[in-house]
Amino acid sequence: MNSKSVAIRVGVAFLAFYSSLAMSSKYNFPEPQSLIAQDVYDQHIFVLWICLVIFIAVFGVMFYSILKHRKSLGYKAANFHHSTIVEFVWTAIPCAILIVMALPATKTVLAMKDTSEPDITIKVTGYQWMWGYDYLQGEGEGISFYSKLSTPRAQIENKEPKGEHYLLEVDNNLVVPVGKKVRVILTANDVIHAWWVPAFSVKQDAIPGFVRDAWFKADRAGIFRGQCTELCGKDHGFMPIVVEVMEPEQYAQWVSEKQKASASAMTTAALN
Amino acid sequence: MAVVQDVHGHGHDDHHPTGIMRWVCTTNHKDIGTMYLWFSFAMFLVGGFLAMGIRAELFMPGIQILEPELFNSFTTLHGLIMVFGAIMPAFVGLANWQVPLMIGAPDMAFARMNNWSFWILPVAASLLVSSFFVPGGAAAGGWTFYPPLSTQGGMGVDMMIFAVHLLGASSIMGAINIITTILNMRAPGMTLMKMPMFVWTWLITAYLLVLVMPVLAGTVTMLLTDRNFGTSFFNAAGGGDPVLFQHIFWFFGHPEVYIMILPAFGIVSEIIPTFSRKPLFGYSSMVYATASIAILSCVVWAHHMFTVGMPTVGQLFFMYATMLIAVPTGVKVFNWTATMWRGSMTFEVPMLFSIGFIFLFVIGGFSGVVCAIVPIDIQVQETYYVIAHFHYVLVSGALFAIFGGVYYWLPKWSGRMYDEKLGKWHFWLSMFFFNLTFFVQHFLGLAGMPRRVPDYALQFADFNMISSIGGFGFGLTQLFFLFIVIKCIRSGEKAADKPWEGATTLEWTLPSPAPYHSFETPPVIK
Repeated sequence: MNSKSVAIRVGVAFLAFYSSLAMSSKYNFPEPQSLIAQDVYDQHIFVLWICLVIFIAVFGVMFYSILKHRKSLGYKAANFHHSTIVEFVWTAIPCAILIVMALPATKTVLAMKDTSEPDITIKVTGYQWMWGYDYLQGEGEGISFYSKLSTPRAQIENKEPKGEHYLLEVDNNLVVPVGKKVRVILTANDVIHAWWVPAFSVKQDAIPGFVRDAWFKADRAGIFRGQCTELCGKDHGFMPIVVEVMEPEQYAQWVSEKQKASASAMTTAALN
Repeated sequence: MAVVQDVHGHGHDDHHPTGIMRWVCTTNHKDIGTMYLWFSFAMFLVGGFLAMGIRAELFMPGIQILEPELFNSFTTLHGLIMVFGAIMPAFVGLANWQVPLMIGAPDMAFARMNNWSFWILPVAASLLVSSFFVPGGAAAGGWTFYPPLSTQGGMGVDMMIFAVHLLGASSIMGAINIITTILNMRAPGMTLMKMPMFVWTWLITAYLLVLVMPVLAGTVTMLLTDRNFGTSFFNAAGGGDPVLFQHIFWFFGHPEVYIMILPAFGIVSEIIPTFSRKPLFGYSSMVYATASIAILSCVVWAHHMFTVGMPTVGQLFFMYATMLIAVPTGVKVFNWTATMWRGSMTFEVPMLFSIGFIFLFVIGGFSGVVCAIVPIDIQVQETYYVIAHFHYVLVSGALFAIFGGVYYWLPKWSGRMYDEKLGKWHFWLSMFFFNLTFFVQHFLGLAGMPRRVPDYALQFADFNMISSIGGFGFGLTQLFFLFIVIKCIRSGEKAADKPWEGATTLEWTLPSPAPYHSFETPPVIK
């Protein structure tokens, strides 16, 4: 084996190892937890396959040419410089591919934008640097709380070992019931923030002075984590979002506990 | 200046100041081109230093060396310095050197304005760099400086705004100069459709610059008055709209992306035919593709804002328009491939960088299509996926093409050859470390790591470490480039007038190094 073939083998092995790292779902979109998120996941995979085919076709031709049509092999250059038919074909084919990609995407955009007839409406307010949640309509109406990072400062400053959900944990989770259409209305108090929960494919900027909306419907119970995704100052990296999806009975129980707690807090306040 | 004597017989017009005053007062396009290139390399090192800081902080989870506010200043200034200080001036430098040589003109059309547009740059750069040391620190609102966040910062933000004004003025002057030179000073017989591709792409780029730079100046001025004079363009409490800023900014910002890539297309379109020893395939379709990319680039700006909450029709329009850009871009890639097909190729360093450019730029193009599709973009917007995408088109796109262009024309500029072996090392190391740095960032983004964060969840730790190692390697490799260039200038072998067998453009008819004044009598093109 000469040094060239060794280099090629090492290169291939390295590439294989490198890309196998990405196979783990840890490095893909998180497992989709709603119909929309599933659509997005599938479209992404679909587009990647198309890209792969184009990649192999284009660079197959190019690398064949690089290997064979070189001066060191004594190859003599041809002298053609255009061909109307070929140029027409390779303009038309990409157009067709784009249409194939745009169709399912259009459907999903329309579905994402349809925030009508929600079961529950929650107002989300971005603050520097935490989230406020107000349940405006549906089961749980009237509940209102803030949600702040609960990772201790010492972990961030490397004085304590970091916990499992380092930077992705909050004091008060946003709680919603499974299988219900939840409409979130977003705004912000100071600068622009963005509310993102990858498992539901929901990302929407929260803009001070304006109101925007988005929606999701969780397929199953569980805890799903996201982060603020619009640079909002010093602690932009430290205002996560945690959504806890509960079965309907548990959710009802959570609602009544929350309402009782706020009622007793009000009485205490009144007595004082 | 013996060469000059040989060419002109009498060096009557070579009287110019010597020492530092030569460079301060010069109106010579070659001197100014050289200054642009050295300036952009210096800024590339400054921006690179900031990038090293960012990657060092992200090497491990937790806050180690940069406090969050300083980290934000690093990312902000890294972006601004690389875009406005490194990439754009490098292209203007290449244009200064090459446009007159390639169209057979004696100099740029507005020689004094040329001097001015360069000397504005160091002033703007010092404003940017020194803003780190004023109370409140440098701007920390991202290179896109969206209000209301950017109305919060201290004096550093105002310094940044003035720097952007100056850089914009310099770009507009440079662009007007290039347009006038190309349209009025071509050698007899060189019709528009006989111009080299590099000149064509720069002509179209210059029009884009003239179109959008004033828009940027307008929006930063509005920001300035919002901050200091009580206006409310972007303040909802006063009847303004923060999203208005984003629309205006990206109306500049998206054409800006193509301003940084079209001249790169031009460089690659010069290099590939030379080393394939075969004419460029589909010259006229290349011109039309460049023009249609430029036109389309003006109607796609809101694809940077898919999560802002646009109406459905808006999202769909910007999605379709954006996807359409893939067609002319594809045409270009196919044309380059067809140029190589059945050529007689050799693989000197400029060719390696050009092939590396095509290979990695196409990957950036694929992730661009992914980002164009609204539902997927809503997932990847403001994540590391986007960081990976635009570094694939700006580093392995624009920067690799600049490297290719520098290796290609260095013999003509300096009269000496660079060291081929070292140049190959530079290419392969850049290629390896670039991919090590940025390929993993696609996966980080997909898995949910937001951009512009100084710290991250534990699941992202291993890939961040790989990316940082790649980043340090890439940074060191560029110091090696500096060494190669200096070695070439000081002790490289003497270069032939036409060191590349397959080169056909006008600059290769001149001696190497190109005389201080060239084409005083225009060549005639048949």
